[in-house]
Amino acid sequence: MTRRGAVGLVLLVSVFALAFAGPLVSPWRWDEIDFTAFGQGPSARHWLGTTQSGRDVFALTLRGAQKSLVIGLLAALLSTGLAAVVGTIAGFVGGLLDQALMWGADLLLVLPPLLVVAVLAPGGGWPMLAPVLAAFMWMLTARVVRAMTLSAREREYVLAARFAGLGAPRAIVRHVLPQVASLLIVDASLTAGVAITAEGGLSFLGLGVRPPDVSLGTVIADGRGAVATWPFMAAAGLLVLIVLAVNLLGDGLRDVLDPLQDGR
Amino acid sequence: MVLKVTDLTVGYTGGVRAVRGVSFTVGVGEVLGVVGESGAGKTALALAVMGLLPDGADVTGSVRLRGDELIGRSDAELSRVRGKDLAMVFQESALTPVRTVGDQVAEAVRAHAKVTRAAARARAVELLDLVGIAAGRARSYPHEFSGGMRQRVMIAMAIANSPGVILADEPTAGLDATVQAQVLDVLRTAKDTTGAAIVLITHDLGLVEGFADRVMVMRAGRIAETGPVELLRSIPRMDGENVSRPRPERPAVLRVDGLVRHYPVFQGTLLRRRVGSVRAVDGVAFDVREGETLALVGESGCGKTTTLMEILRLSQPQKGRVVVLGQDTASLSAARRKALRRDVQVVFQDPVASLNPRMRVADIIAEPLTAHGFPSSLTGSRVTGLLELVGLKADHARRYPHALSGGQKQRVAIARALALEPRLLLLDEPVSALDASMQAGILTLLESLRDRLGLAYLLVAHDLAVVRRIADRIAVMHMGRIVEVGPTHDVYDTPAHPYTRALLQRVPLRGDPPDPMSPPAGCRFRTRCPRYVTLAGQDARLCDEQDPEPSKDPDRSVACHHPLVGAEANQ
Repeated sequence: MTRRGAVGLVLLVSVFALAFAGPLVSPWRWDEIDFTAFGQGPSARHWLGTTQSGRDVFALTLRGAQKSLVIGLLAALLSTGLAAVVGTIAGFVGGLLDQALMWGADLLLVLPPLLVVAVLAPGGGWPMLAPVLAAFMWMLTARVVRAMTLSAREREYVLAARFAGLGAPRAIVRHVLPQVASLLIVDASLTAGVAITAEGGLSFLGLGVRPPDVSLGTVIADGRGAVATWPFMAAAGLLVLIVLAVNLLGDGLRDVLDPLQDGR
Repeated sequence: MVLKVTDLTVGYTGGVRAVRGVSFTVGVGEVLGVVGESGAGKTALALAVMGLLPDGADVTGSVRLRGDELIGRSDAELSRVRGKDLAMVFQESALTPVRTVGDQVAEAVRAHAKVTRAAARARAVELLDLVGIAAGRARSYPHEFSGGMRQRVMIAMAIANSPGVILADEPTAGLDATVQAQVLDVLRTAKDTTGAAIVLITHDLGLVEGFADRVMVMRAGRIAETGPVELLRSIPRMDGENVSRPRPERPAVLRVDGLVRHYPVFQGTLLRRRVGSVRAVDGVAFDVREGETLALVGESGCGKTTTLMEILRLSQPQKGRVVVLGQDTASLSAARRKALRRDVQVVFQDPVASLNPRMRVADIIAEPLTAHGFPSSLTGSRVTGLLELVGLKADHARRYPHALSGGQKQRVAIARALALEPRLLLLDEPVSALDASMQAGILTLLESLRDRLGLAYLLVAHDLAVVRRIADRIAVMHMGRIVEVGPTHDVYDTPAHPYTRALLQRVPLRGDPPDPMSPPAGCRFRTRCPRYVTLAGQDARLCDEQDPEPSKDPDRSVACHHPLVGAEANQ
């Protein structure tokens, strides 16, 4: 692993630890309201101050980070998984199925994601957000996977397996997926960064996670009126840190995995 | 005497000695053939003479070019000699893809002679003309040329400064037999025009035979033998015994009839129009009987491999019929097709490409077994049995392909093909990616497997020594058609089709194969046919107008209006 990748991994693990272990040491729960402190600055009682409605910013930020991490990583996993399935099947089977799948991908590419997410997301609350985000992120990767599959399926060892009577699903899993695996791993980590930013942006606009739930986007939106006060910057900073971490990790993984493509 | 090498030794760090005390001389205008298996030190010898070995190599002894010592000179001093008085033709064409061939030849001229750009360019055109490349093509890029033409450009560059010695290291490796002959012809012309001596390095004894004045056989870095070219006759060849056996009356495992495979060619970006089709396979018919080996031979691009792939698909061809073990592939259900796959297996050319690098040998061999529901409790012992069958040890099973030698990898590929106990094995150039010493081992294995298991082979190969050794029958393909079929020895000894003769006896043909999108009207071979040019008006018109049909007898047929032998010749 390169140094950048290691830094990214360490950062990501620490952010996770902070988001999920932090609430244990925080004196306030994220949904508790302190009726004695509205819109206050940092103090010993509220480490990062309170919101206008008296909620603890530190607890809110951590809760938001949990949501952002879970939604972002889940969306990345779903998106990459879908890309892998659609791409390999389209490339391997070819013919009408290939055309239909790629037509579907192209259709999704031209739909305005913001509009569709705004319409779909409120229905199911925040758990819906990850699949809806993923639905708009897999298309380009699927096309790349399809192209790689087209060349992978012409490899002689794939041909030999086919001529030995191996079925398409087994051949894909055993011979094609390992060839595109490094691309998928890198893609998943880079998509996570995009998904987390997208989730933050949607929530900021009120289209993603909505009150009473919180995500980093809503915390930043809450602090909009007080941009100059640094406690609210903590949420934005954490968001940047998470995206930076997954991107560094993705870069690191790519550096490690690419030379292996056919090295052994 | 132009070149005198005395007691030359090449050692690499780590104690490997590639060349051990080699001495020889080459006279003016003489052709010395250096033959030996790969690893015998031929290439190291050539690189040492050229002074092109990497820094880690330790070269001792003496190399004198016209009396001047070359060993121990600095690289800068050597570059003044290299390409000027001592030229090299490499194994693969070392041309820059981004510059025209004319420019590259002109650059070779200007590197050693103070001439103007225009003069160099004019000289380049002359040189290209000498090696048989038309003046108009000087502005083409290397990728627009066939392999044989690229090798000719290399020869043009080598003789650009009228060198005293040309070192040619496997100058025809990877080229078709007919093109090999062309390149040798060009080399001969180059020698005659410039008076250069040639050191021809090759593993192919047949190449040296008609070309070299003297031969030097290398083995393990030493000179094993040296003498006149007749010496070669005493070296055991790979050719098999010369007996013609009658064709056994056994059922056919494979019957191909009028097989056609055309690939559409599209043009245009916005409006894609079909502008024609490449006739890769254009009406091919043959059969393979139980326990029999049929070899498909022909130049690259003649449709041999496409024919194999069409058979392996086991589905309805574009036209014609493929019948495997009595079952027409056009009417197979999916389940029947899968069952039939057990009986037809394939071994590819390059074992590196045909084995999944991420899987262990045991898993690779077991894959066809699991695909067909072989009980997993028995798989282990079956894999061990298969490994033994192909001459590997049981403990090879746990290795990955990269830990095996080329020959061992090919044995694994053969074991995988045999896992389902097939009755027909398709072999696509099974030994051409291997060294000569390993080739012999694999061929012996294939022969013994055929005899023990009663396998039938359909073999695609361009190495005629391999074909002659292993095939019972031979089918010669040209531009998607079979032009001649017959028992191997008959076809070798008395080829009936002019193309067969050119291919088997290394007669150079004029020009390159015609465009497969628009084959010439009438006989497809007539543009290159040496017999066509000798024909009188009436006979030639027949070739112009009528596509020759293969003669009736399927055991020995030829598709030619004017065959060289046989009953038709007398008509």
